[in-house]
Amino acid sequence: MEFGLSSEQVLLKDSLDAYLRERAPLDRVRRFADKDEGRATEVIAGLNEIGLSGLIIPTEHGGVGLGALDACVASETLGYRLAPVPFVANAIMVPTALMLAGSPAQQANWLPQIAAGKTVVGAALAERSGARAVAGSQAGVTAVDGRLSGRALYVLDFEADAYLVGDLAGGLHLVASDAAGLGRQRLETVDRTRPIGELVFDRVAAEPLAGADAAVMQRVLDIGRTMLAADSLGAAQNMIDQAVAYAGQRVQFGRVIGSFQAVKHMCAQMAADLEPTRAFVWYAGHALDEIPNEASLVACQLKAHLSEVATSVAKTATEVHGGMGFTDLVGLHYWFKRIGFNRQMLGSPELLRGEAARLQGLV
Amino acid sequence: MDLSYGPEYEVFRDELRAFIAANRHLAPVAGGPRDEKARAWQRLLITHGYTARTIPSEYGGAGQPPDLLKSRIIAEEFASARISPGLGGQGISMLVPTLLEMGTEQQKRDFIPSTLSGETVWCQGYSEPGAGSDLAALRTSAVLKGDEWIINGQKIWTSTAHLADWIFCLVRTEPDAPKHLGISFLLFRMDTPGIEIRPLVDMTMNANFNEVFFTDVRVPAHQIVGRRGDGWKVANVILGNERDSLADPNIAQARLNALVELMKTETLDGRRLIDQPIYRDRLMRIQGRVMAMKYNELRVLSSKLNRGQDTALARMIVKLQGTELRHELEGLGIDVMGERGLAYGANPYLQDAGAWQVHYMFYLGLIIGGGTSQIQKNIIAERGLGLPREPKTAGAA
Repeated sequence: MEFGLSSEQVLLKDSLDAYLRERAPLDRVRRFADKDEGRATEVIAGLNEIGLSGLIIPTEHGGVGLGALDACVASETLGYRLAPVPFVANAIMVPTALMLAGSPAQQANWLPQIAAGKTVVGAALAERSGARAVAGSQAGVTAVDGRLSGRALYVLDFEADAYLVGDLAGGLHLVASDAAGLGRQRLETVDRTRPIGELVFDRVAAEPLAGADAAVMQRVLDIGRTMLAADSLGAAQNMIDQAVAYAGQRVQFGRVIGSFQAVKHMCAQMAADLEPTRAFVWYAGHALDEIPNEASLVACQLKAHLSEVATSVAKTATEVHGGMGFTDLVGLHYWFKRIGFNRQMLGSPELLRGEAARLQGLV
Repeated sequence: MDLSYGPEYEVFRDELRAFIAANRHLAPVAGGPRDEKARAWQRLLITHGYTARTIPSEYGGAGQPPDLLKSRIIAEEFASARISPGLGGQGISMLVPTLLEMGTEQQKRDFIPSTLSGETVWCQGYSEPGAGSDLAALRTSAVLKGDEWIINGQKIWTSTAHLADWIFCLVRTEPDAPKHLGISFLLFRMDTPGIEIRPLVDMTMNANFNEVFFTDVRVPAHQIVGRRGDGWKVANVILGNERDSLADPNIAQARLNALVELMKTETLDGRRLIDQPIYRDRLMRIQGRVMAMKYNELRVLSSKLNRGQDTALARMIVKLQGTELRHELEGLGIDVMGERGLAYGANPYLQDAGAWQVHYMFYLGLIIGGGTSQIQKNIIAERGLGLPREPKTAGAA
């Protein structure tokens, strides 16, 4: 019995962390976020050299061939360091869909390109994880004779060369970003470290994934949700680390504020809430790899629970910093917003708890 | 990552299941160490190595080598079979491991076998009215006169004092030493003249605890564990174990399963509670927390089996989180029943013998007892996160 990370997983985490600490510290993340530097091309390339974009792509397609638990470790590190790079869609959800539902020819075409970082593929699946009306009309994409029409909102990893698009009938398609009839619009969100956008389709030619069905869609959502949760674990851990460091050096009333129980207990509560989610993330990654019948329920409950915990950590860590926590100067809000992003994307806690109940036959 | 226990352990589990199936009619339904059926069950379990497992056989235990996975399998199987895993109580859970670590050979022989068999029942004399969270401030005094300690003072929160034959008790023997260094750990009979026991009824309306008063209680000088002034050290050998056992996530899982069943049968305006989204969301929310604590426990177990993983923080948070979680879980059970959730005692509409109400209140007691949630947070912040200790106020020792 062993429930913990392997030395290879620790090494993966350390490599990604060291690279990001060096090459994408907060002041640089700010420049990407403010578009002074545009797309973080060099950081993306550096992480891909470590293997980020090909992490779960099989070696025969040029990837690293690792599993979901390894991907959790990577995602946690990206969240900790606010990495402004494509990951959840491009490196995880899209390859998962291709491996499960793509033809051998599609796999041979797309997977090596993604693994090599030559092609970035976003995911337009928001309407499949909880449809919302926008300005009075329902978003969604329909496929007629292999051509897509409609609107997809909140597209993940939006700065992409192609998109995986879910239609309302359950089909999955790949569409080039320069396809005729495709309109693209970046949508500003609170989290400026990860681009989100809108796609408008007017009879756009698309490449269907023939094997797409409900089980594939579920798996793609399960692994995407697990990754977003792992990202929140990393982001929340960073906020705790910053709050504890600040509480340990800020002096008021002649004392370090971390010696006041009011502040101390805020820190302890954050740590007590977050620490068990580390094992929860590992279990979810392991379930995706090895215990398929538990994976969907665990992914839903993990993302719901971690979103609640991380949201509370984000608020509390900001409060521990007092007025400075509210400023752009300290920059805590980048993590706060990253956690907010992860909470809403691919299902908010209430939606996921509803799904968890359905998965257990309680509804 | 490998969550299997391996073939050797699956064989062990199969043997245990076969044992339980063949012998469960012998298990006591309820009943403490005074019950002959419970004692016979205890003897049978020790013979098979299912309780007192690692205690050497010369002291009445099963004499098996320590094996965390076997211990865990035993706990899992007895819990899921819902039968007694053997005698418990503070003598077995706290004094026996303390004596094994700190007792003299004579003390081990005198006390461990009779405690394991249920012949000697113990109570724990630690807390005092003026020494709760600040336990080391205790003032019950023991003065050595000739070859006897003369004890005066008062203890409180003493569970099973009214049933106990003996007490293990922290007393102040060195009044001039710093507070942690002036305490000794004494053992004495509860029928010694000068001991008065008063039951302390708690909010569950049961007398789970007592107050115990000592007036010139005379105790032979050799009935001390460790040296004079070492009592704090002796007591701390096992205090950490007590905390974790108050918040077992496997028991929380069993209660969650019971809550699901309750919500499938209980109805409100003709609809099952499980079909009402607001109640169901609360249930799912608690389930997420139970899952987090279960996987956390798995991580801690793994770190005891395999080196290389630091789980100090993961262990420190268990009592805080586990007791708060149980209190909330039991409280949802009450809310699910609405007005019927108020039923208590002899009320004919009482559900599950009042388990929801009793646990709801009892777990509030456990949030406070064994180191309050606030003390837990101090420990997490200071030892887990490295935040500075509270400055000493003028006049505090």
